[in-house]
Parts: sequence; structure tokens; C-alpha cells
Amino acid sequence: MYSKKVIEHFKNPHNQGQIEKSDAIGQKGNMACGDVMKIYLQIENNIIKDIKFETFGCAAAIAVTSAMTDIAKGKTIDEALAITKDNIVKDLGGLPEPKIHCSMLGIDALREAINNYKNK
Amino acid sequence: MQKIYFDHSATTPVDKKVLNDMLPYFTEKFGNASSIHSFGNEAMAGVDKARKQIADSLNCNSSELIFTSGATESNNIAIKGLIQAFRKKNPNKKIHIITSVIEHDAVLEPFLEMEQKGVELTFLPVESNGLVNIEKVKNAIQDNTILVSIMFVNSEIGTILPIREIGKTIKKVNGKRLNNWKKCKTTSRGDKPQRIYFHTDVTQAVNFIDCNVQWNYIDLLSLSAHKIYGPKGVGALYKKEGILLEALQCGGHHENNIRSGTLNVPGIVGLGSAIAQIDSKTRDKNNIKITELRDRLVSGIIKNIPDVKLNTDRKVSTPSHAHFTFFGVEGESVLISLDLEGIAVSTGSACASGNLKASHVLIAIGIRKEIAHSSIRFTLGKYNTKKEVDKLIQVLPKIIKKIRNINPLYELTE
Repeated sequence: MYSKKVIEHFKNPHNQGQIEKSDAIGQKGNMACGDVMKIYLQIENNIIKDIKFETFGCAAAIAVTSAMTDIAKGKTIDEALAITKDNIVKDLGGLPEPKIHCSMLGIDALREAINNYKNK
Repeated sequence: MQKIYFDHSATTPVDKKVLNDMLPYFTEKFGNASSIHSFGNEAMAGVDKARKQIADSLNCNSSELIFTSGATESNNIAIKGLIQAFRKKNPNKKIHIITSVIEHDAVLEPFLEMEQKGVELTFLPVESNGLVNIEKVKNAIQDNTILVSIMFVNSEIGTILPIREIGKTIKKVNGKRLNNWKKCKTTSRGDKPQRIYFHTDVTQAVNFIDCNVQWNYIDLLSLSAHKIYGPKGVGALYKKEGILLEALQCGGHHENNIRSGTLNVPGIVGLGSAIAQIDSKTRDKNNIKITELRDRLVSGIIKNIPDVKLNTDRKVSTPSHAHFTFFGVEGESVLISLDLEGIAVSTGSACASGNLKASHVLIAIGIRKEIAHSSIRFTLGKYNTKKEVDKLIQVLPKIIKKIRNINPLYELTE
């Protein structure tokens, strides 16, 4: 059902945890719908120096957020805003159709974090 | 890696004895049971034997059994077939039917389809352990009720519903109506009162409970082979003699015209053999063994993992089920983690379902949506061992801890 890469990210998520002195935080979703994504950013000169995530969700949700943090790390915040769900799904070697929405939630949380930073 | 299967409510492996009984019917005795030559006769002998085996188990006549592709089809024929036959005979009468909120989709959806077609429908609520209250059944019955359908065992939490009491209640109402009618003057009493029929889906019950149709006052009953260590794609419908059902598919007039289609002879032989393995002695023996395993699993989980809740009420459930909520984890991620360790379970989480909705059964027993996602169902079977349960208890605490650690909303209390 899941690609090897999804399982790899799920088993050993990259950038999982919190940033104690983060520059911005974004959170999307709720327990009732079964997915919560939280993104922590450390930003220097508009570049994402560090990114961490926490997720309540299915294996796909965890893998998607993990892969997304890999993609976003080192990018400028504007580049990070341009990350699409297709970028992540492709990076993961595909996702089962009903799981595609998980990838949107991760992106939404990242965008919210960046927008929070911009509006500071 | 040693694989472990704790998902017997989904399906069971075929018993080796059952498989051996089936095998000749693929190659040597391959005839069409409807053919009247020796090949056909040989196949029909296998079907007849299976029919007898099932009839013995259910305490009914062979002639009251219809072979189907499984319980879903049996449910569809019982529910829609009964209503359509009734409509044909009584085109102007309003129809009322009753079921419970925790039925399987294979009952709920035919009921909802009938509602769309103008049938009045009552859903009975359940208590927090999944039991249906008999008084509520009694109160739901109307003058125009023709069918009550309540499952024997709930597939998700394992609750055994009070089928005999419900059957008895319906029988009493039927008897009373008939007596009142008989007391009326023959000139003014009108048509004989309509009987209420009682249907039950016993798919999850056969392994553990005697599904005797006489003792339980059952008129229509659905069962499936693959939940009782038989093959997939075959089941049966018990229809008490005299009940009219309209066929849902037409064709070769098989099964008394109720279910056309060439008989699945090896499958039917397998169903008969599977049910014949479950004599009362074997059933008792397995029940004791599986209860011990389930108790070991439940106490192991409660002892080793904080913040869990057992949703199965062991006092009123089959021995197989242990349905848990693990607060702060999403069920599908637990399922996948266990699968990576070779252990198969299931979850009521929306993320594992095709329609992304939380289980209607869990919602019906009062579990909040956000917690329904955090549920895992373990269903044990006759081949499971203590060693397998111990392996689960060894790996699960680490998995739960790891996933809780990723959850931004969960505070680790350990």
C-alpha cells in the first residue's frame, strides 16, 4: 500500500521534534478529523535554517511531514511557500489516493508558520 | 520474521481439514451440481452433505437453506427480498422495519436503500457496551412492522446481542396479534395480522455461540464461511419455511429460484465442513483457550501501556475481541507500525477506512470522534498462542510511546 520511502520516513522521521527558540510556529488540523500538523521554524536572513515537526496522524501524515521538512530545509521562505503537494508526493514515490489530503495539511502548517513569521 | 495474525474478525485462515474436504471438488468431482449425469450427481452429493451439516448446526431443515456468495449477499436477499415480496403482495401497505445503529454496512445499506424506496425505518440505539435494550425493541414495533434485523455479535467490539430475548419478544407480539385477531368476529376482522420477521447476521457468532434458530426464535439468518475457518466467497441464508422472498438476481432458478447462479460446489463443501468442525465440545474448548489468550493480552496491555481504555465489555462479548483506545495515537499509524513487526490488527480510525469516516459503531457506543481515531481492534483465533500475545505485549508499548512522542497535543506522563 505504501511506497518504501513512505515507510522509511514513517519508521525514522526526519526533523521530528520541537525547536525551543523557534522564530515561527504553524499548526493545522484537529483531533476530530484525525490529523494535526505542527511546524517549528528557525529563520535566518529569510532562509529556513532549521525546521522541526510534530504530527498526530496516520503513517502517511507522518511521512509526508517528514519529507516536507527535508524539502523545506535550507530554502528561502518564499521558495518554501512555493512547495506543492505534488513535490512531496513525487518525492515519496507516490501516495495512495485517499492519503493525498494528508500532504496538503503539512503544507498548510508550513505556510501558516511562514506567514506568521512574515506578519511578526 | 514470524508473522502474527490478530485480525480474525476480518477473516480467518482455512482449516486444513476443511481444505482437504474441498480439494476433490475442484478436479475430480468438478461437475455442475445441476447436471443430472454422474458428474453432476457427485457434486450435488457434496452440496447435500454441506446443507445437512449446516442444517444440523443451526437446527433447521436442509430445505430452509440457500447458498450465497457470503453474508453480504445473504443480508441483501433477506432484507430486500422480504420487503419486495411483501410489496408485491400488498402494493398499498406502508412498511416499517427496525434495525440497530451498530449493524454492519451489509445490513445498514440495504435498510437505507429500502428507506429511499419509501419504507419507514427505525434505528435502535445501543448502550455504551453495544447492547440493545429489549424494551426499546418492544416500543419500536408498530402495527406495520414487518422486519427486525439485529446482529448476533458486533464485529468491532465483540458484543453479543440478546438475540434470544429479542426473538422471544417478537414471537410474543406476533402471538398476541394473532390471538386478538382470532377473537374478532370473522365477518369484521379483516386480513390476518402481518407477522414480524426476525433476521440476524450471525457471521461473527458461529465460532463462539450456538446459533440454533429454534432456540433463538430466528426467521432469517445470514452467515459466511470465511469467518469460521472456511473459504471466502461463500455463505448461506437460513429462511424459515413459508417466508416469501423475492430473488434479487434471475437466471438458472437455482436454490428454489431465490439465488440463481451455478452452485460454488467446493466453496459450499468448505462451508459445510467448516461449520461441522464447530461442534459444542470444540466450541467450548476454543472459547476457553481464546478467553485465556484475550485476558493475557488485555492485562498485558493495561499493565504496560498508560492511558488506554478497553472498549470491549468482556462480560458481554465473544472471547475473541479486545478493542482498545490508545489515547494520543492515531490508529492507522499503530497498525502500520505493528505490521512492520509482522503483527496484523485493525483500527476504527478513519485513516484506515476507504471513506475516511470514523467507525459508526464506535460513535454509536458514545466514543468521541477524536478518540475513535485512536482505536485498535485485536481479534484472536483458535490458532493463536501465548507466545504470540507475549510478543505483542513486548513490542506495542514502544510503538505507542514513539507515536505519542511525535504528537504535538499529547503530553507524555511517564
